[in-house]
Amino acid sequence: MEKLHLHYDVEGNDFIAAGEASGQVKRALRQLGIDFEVIRRCAICMYEGEINMVVHADGGTADVMVEKDKVTIILEDRGPGISDMELAMQEGYSTASQDVRELGFGAGMGLPNMKKYSDSLEINSEVGKGTKVTMVIHIPG
Amino acid sequence: MTVAEVAKNLNLTCHVAADGKREVEGGYVGDLLSWVIGRAGQGGAWVTIMSNPNVAAVAMLADTSMIILAEGVQPDETLLAKAKQHRLNLYTATEGAYELAWRLHELIG
Repeated sequence: MEKLHLHYDVEGNDFIAAGEASGQVKRALRQLGIDFEVIRRCAICMYEGEINMVVHADGGTADVMVEKDKVTIILEDRGPGISDMELAMQEGYSTASQDVRELGFGAGMGLPNMKKYSDSLEINSEVGKGTKVTMVIHIPG
Repeated sequence: MTVAEVAKNLNLTCHVAADGKREVEGGYVGDLLSWVIGRAGQGGAWVTIMSNPNVAAVAMLADTSMIILAEGVQPDETLLAKAKQHRLNLYTATEGAYELAWRLHELIG
């Protein structure tokens, strides 16, 4: 049974607001009394996904579904898509601009962090159409 | 050791003291935000030279106990506002990251 469904519209290129949706998710999970390590992993996955949409895709949407045994995060954008998935998953690889790097982003750790801190990561991307990222983080019983 | 005690011992300048009684558990030095959010442990002191508002988002999500801006870097106004909003301890130091990390290690091990 779904306990909670959160929806956010993420603005593209808004580096001041970047992370706000992730912060709200973290607070909501805390209020549900979810295990701290699960919250930390969700926060990392959500933040990296949110930043990717801000930096690369001119924004998108984030949906977070909380159930008894798992948290599902779905991020969807109509950005340029990922042309080389294998390269994009490599630590240190980034297509971020110099301006974005100067803010501390573009370390090439976004997707690797999402893979590392989620229990499952599924990326459906089509060049010129957009990207859909689905991450699941299990809640230990 | 608490945030307030670490700040006093390291001679840090306080910009936002949200919770001086919070325990400092380790530390992390880094400026690339994805490295920090993925590696800085909960409750650690985060030493950085980044001073933009994204620092607040990362500190809040990684749940670090305090942010220390090194090398005399000053927080920009939006970072200050966000640190207050999210109740983050924010300090600055004139020393570099190496010296701060070394002194922090001497204090808390």
